[in-house]
Amino acid sequence: MSAPPSAPGAGADADVVRSRGSAVLRPGWGYADVSDKIAGIVLSGRFGWKWWSAFLAACAGVALFLGAVVWLLVKGIGIWGVDIPVAWGFAIGNFVWWIGIGHAGTFISAVLLLLRQRWRTSINRFAEAMTLFAAGIAGIFPILHLGRPWFFYWIVPYPNVMNVWPQWRSPLVWDFFAIASYLLVSLLFWYVGLIPDLATLRDRAGHRGQRGAQVAYGLLALGWRGEARHWARYQTAYLLLAGLATPLVVSVHTIVSLDFAVGNTPGYHSTIFPPYFVAGALFSGFAMVLTLAIPLRSAFGLQDFITGRHLANAAKVLLATSALVGYGYLAEIFTAFYSGDRYEIYMTVNRWTGPYAPVYWSMLVCNIVLPQLLWWRRLRHSVLALFLLSLAINAGMWMERFLIVVSSLHRDFLPSSWGMFYPTLWDWITLFGSIALFVWLFLLFVRFLPVISMAEMRELVRDSAKGDA
Amino acid sequence: MSAPLYGLLAEFPDAHSLCAAARHVRAHGYTRAEAYSPFPIEGLDQVLGMERNAVAPATLLGGLAGGAGTYFLQWYAAVVDYPINVGGRPLHSWPAFIPATFELTILGAALAAVAVMLVQNGLPRLHHPLFEVEEFELASRNRFFLCLPARDPVFAPGPARDLLGELAPILLREVPA
Repeated sequence: MSAPPSAPGAGADADVVRSRGSAVLRPGWGYADVSDKIAGIVLSGRFGWKWWSAFLAACAGVALFLGAVVWLLVKGIGIWGVDIPVAWGFAIGNFVWWIGIGHAGTFISAVLLLLRQRWRTSINRFAEAMTLFAAGIAGIFPILHLGRPWFFYWIVPYPNVMNVWPQWRSPLVWDFFAIASYLLVSLLFWYVGLIPDLATLRDRAGHRGQRGAQVAYGLLALGWRGEARHWARYQTAYLLLAGLATPLVVSVHTIVSLDFAVGNTPGYHSTIFPPYFVAGALFSGFAMVLTLAIPLRSAFGLQDFITGRHLANAAKVLLATSALVGYGYLAEIFTAFYSGDRYEIYMTVNRWTGPYAPVYWSMLVCNIVLPQLLWWRRLRHSVLALFLLSLAINAGMWMERFLIVVSSLHRDFLPSSWGMFYPTLWDWITLFGSIALFVWLFLLFVRFLPVISMAEMRELVRDSAKGDA
Repeated sequence: MSAPLYGLLAEFPDAHSLCAAARHVRAHGYTRAEAYSPFPIEGLDQVLGMERNAVAPATLLGGLAGGAGTYFLQWYAAVVDYPINVGGRPLHSWPAFIPATFELTILGAALAAVAVMLVQNGLPRLHHPLFEVEEFELASRNRFFLCLPARDPVFAPGPARDLLGELAPILLREVPA
């Protein structure tokens, strides 16, 4: 159903409570309207040629990705451009980039929930899905990079016939615990948030006579009925999950940054890394939120729920995190010169003028210069400008990850061990294939699950009717 | 009344009337009354007489168990079972054990929070007598329901029906067990 808010569902079914309208929700929506609108996207199954063509294209990309992975398993990581001295190439850069993208979802859900930010309500669900998919894809890359990926489980501590344990003092082992915990906690947070909505879908499917969907959603909803005592425990659990996820978000990219900072390679060995990585993660994550939200709202007519205010607020977060990232860049440069260490200074100058300088300067344009446009209100409210800018920031953050990984390694301490990293075709296929996998997962999510939390939208309607939102 | 009864179900149009109804039946001695709403209503569980909410303490215990277990695992592996002398550095190098301990503290707490929430709520549950009532599907959309279950000590079919009738519900139904 796509009833315009000016003509909400009339008749015996009409709700007495209607949203009054605010920056985060347009007026005239009742409990039934928001539920039917969001559930209708999934249950009506009217996904036109656009969804199908995007899905088929994503399928092709996923097939390529799988092909690249199979070839990697057959031939080994020699198919990539990595070698000594640059033993970490695209795979580690992609890993850091994806895990960064996977930060905004939990940040929006958890931190903004604790801060009681109303504008989080209509974007948290798909941002959490984004987090889950991005973190999952991120986890693939270090495994692929292992050389013998089928032994990746050796990093798990379990009593084994080899009589060895993981090296607990290694950041790579910390990384395993960080990523695994983050994935599981994000999954729990997302699923717990979905339970009341799955119950709505179960009941709506039953109402429409869609028996198969009713059974499927019914099983996933675990028998949720919305009893007051259940809601009370549910809310306690949800709030606690938010409180737990908040330090977790900060810790995950901190530990990822320790993969670098603990090593004494020039350009890695820096105390600014943990906060700098976390700021970069939020920056790229919010850029990806905009990249996804803008097509999503126009494809399904969700402009009443994901309003200009949501986009403008995300733009302000981008502006702030861009400044933090810029501070990180400056601190790196300052520390290098202040240390007086010739290798640190050489690495910094090499970034400016060396073989990877074009990547460095493009990164600065994408991450620092272009976001300054967001100081203008008009641009924060221009959907097209925000979309293009979010793409530029995604690209810029990928360049940053690439640069951190490669520019420190390609000039070793001795000039005799200098070298270059040139990505091969397989490097590129793996990168774009992972993006296709992300799109593929997101398209399936949009098809089968509610993209906006219906239960929270009903609360927003209630608060809006009272004039609180 | 021949068929066994789960209870009586009344339907209300908004959260306000549901809260008023809940207060009314509580004043008449009902301690097991159940209220169903499409979104959480603050304080309604208190009005109805919430018994136990063990989610918060369970979360704490889950976190402590996760953290202590992980620290012990690292200590046992690095000091007792597989000690490696690296230039005389201490085997019990506790700062390096913190990251994994921290992560699994969070994971243990989160798992405990969700598990206890589900168990105390009696979920997952494949079926419930209320799902037999056709109108109850609106409880997850836009309607508010109050149920007086037959297992409530003060429940008697006639007076219960009159009590709910006083509240002028949209609908009043018997729910077969």
